[in-house]
Amino acid sequence: MSTPAPAASLAATSSAVEAPGSEPLASGAVPAVRPGRRVRGRATTAGLRRWAVRLGSLVVVVALWQWLTTADVRAGLRFDRLPSPAEVAAELTRQLTGGLYYLDLAQSMIRILTGFALASVAGIALGVLVARSRWAADVLLPPIEVVRPIPAIALVPIAILVFPTDEQGIVFITFAAAFFPIMVSTRHAVRALPTLWEDAVRTMGGGRRHVLWHVVLPGTLPGVFGGLSVGMGVAWICVISAEMISGEFGVGYRTWHAYTVVDYPAVLVGMASIGVLGWLTSASIELLGRRLTRWLPRAEERAEERAVVPVGDRGAPERGPGGREAGQGAEEAVR
Amino acid sequence: MTAAVATARETGLAIRLEGVSLGYGRHAVLEDLHLDVAPGEVLVIVGPSGSGKSTILRAVAGLLTPRAGRVLAQGVPVTGPSPDRAMVFQDDALLPWRTVRRNVELPLRIRGVPRRERGPAAESWIARVGLAGWGDRLPRELSGGMRQRVQLARSLAAAPRAVLMDEPFGALDAQTRGEMQRLLLDVLRDTAATVVFVTHDVDEALLLADRVVVLGRGGIGRVLPVPGPRTPETDRAGLRARIIEEL
Repeated sequence: MSTPAPAASLAATSSAVEAPGSEPLASGAVPAVRPGRRVRGRATTAGLRRWAVRLGSLVVVVALWQWLTTADVRAGLRFDRLPSPAEVAAELTRQLTGGLYYLDLAQSMIRILTGFALASVAGIALGVLVARSRWAADVLLPPIEVVRPIPAIALVPIAILVFPTDEQGIVFITFAAAFFPIMVSTRHAVRALPTLWEDAVRTMGGGRRHVLWHVVLPGTLPGVFGGLSVGMGVAWICVISAEMISGEFGVGYRTWHAYTVVDYPAVLVGMASIGVLGWLTSASIELLGRRLTRWLPRAEERAEERAVVPVGDRGAPERGPGGREAGQGAEEAVR
Repeated sequence: MTAAVATARETGLAIRLEGVSLGYGRHAVLEDLHLDVAPGEVLVIVGPSGSGKSTILRAVAGLLTPRAGRVLAQGVPVTGPSPDRAMVFQDDALLPWRTVRRNVELPLRIRGVPRRERGPAAESWIARVGLAGWGDRLPRELSGGMRQRVQLARSLAAAPRAVLMDEPFGALDAQTRGEMQRLLLDVLRDTAATVVFVTHDVDEALLLADRVVVLGRGGIGRVLPVPGPRTPETDRAGLRARIIEEL
């Protein structure tokens, strides 16, 4: 009953690989010639199509916004006073010619990158420590768990009391926001690490330092990057909020300032700038994460390999131990 | 360092279990084991799954502390893992983020072999297990049999005095398993290391062993010497029948 399964599933996967965009070209005999290359060629076409869809989605949103505002739609929601994309674009062009806009961007970037870098180092170090040492967990986790539910922005009064300058306070808020998701994801990733790799390094004579460097740090990277992505997201939320409360430069400060003088196009320029900066930083982390975890078996490559590997050889890679954990840790951290 | 590696190559490790009891948590798996492994011999432990074969191996490796008794390596009690006692695991023990070459280099790096000596040493072991040209691949790009070849190279690269093999071919299909057994016989010819090999496959035991230890439900049963070890033409039907009877 179970014997014919491998052949059947192989046939199923290879037909699944052929399926997307199976144009009515020739017949089943032709694709057998160079299956690998055919699949890859289709993958790039599919990739282009996906990019077109993504871009199209943005364009549609902006077009909808333009129509709602220029047509002065008032149907429950009122769009008649909201600036149109054209007005916002004009305001942006005006700001791009002055120096203040760039100064604000730079200031916000310096704040978030400083806070985020500190949070990454501290979050990864403490996450590993509390996962690996019961004693460290007993000492460090109770205060961490009590502070964790407090929204970082609610720490503003403390930041004002404790830090001599506003600048330090804002960096602290950013740090506090990013620290917890990074720490929690790292801790989960370390605990989910298969013991086999550690055993292997130990039987080579490796000590704690070797296990940490050759197993724990690389093995937890997929999970850690989950935490870094979430951390970057909340860090932006908090740096902008903190700038709105205190600060002399920065995109958040400028946006709030524009609101107080009822300059709505400038408010929207600020919001769009935050959106673009946030997206750029998140994308950089995503890209870095993918580069550093190339060793993970990825879904699309796996499908391709399965289709090429002969039936007798069941050794094709199956699991990515850290991969699943990444999502799980991040989910928990964000709650 | 190179001197230490050289002596290791010359002599295998004598391993002795004295009244060893093993288990995880409160649960005892094996009680009062006595076993002597001579330097340089290939000892195969055969037993059904759940009999505690791997547990014995983990104790010898120093990954598991006995609840009672002692494990001795060359007369010295084992208190933890050592590069002298290398281990080959059943599957997926390669570090997936390191290429084949960097996996094989790792024990050398841990032993403190200088970088420029590591590369050539790793390369020659990769070639020795028939994977020349695959050094830059990641484990996920390799089949199960190839990954076990890399593990074999990795465990032998630092010239350990004992190699502990935990069902290393258990997850392979019959044909690949046969190839791997031939490769292992071939590689073992050049090393003086003591080998403790765990398997549930009686034929595999007979093919590789100097002596076969039968591990039944009640612990270590008979220790049976194999006549004319590692010579394929010898007829071992009688011994095979005895082992199966013991199991």
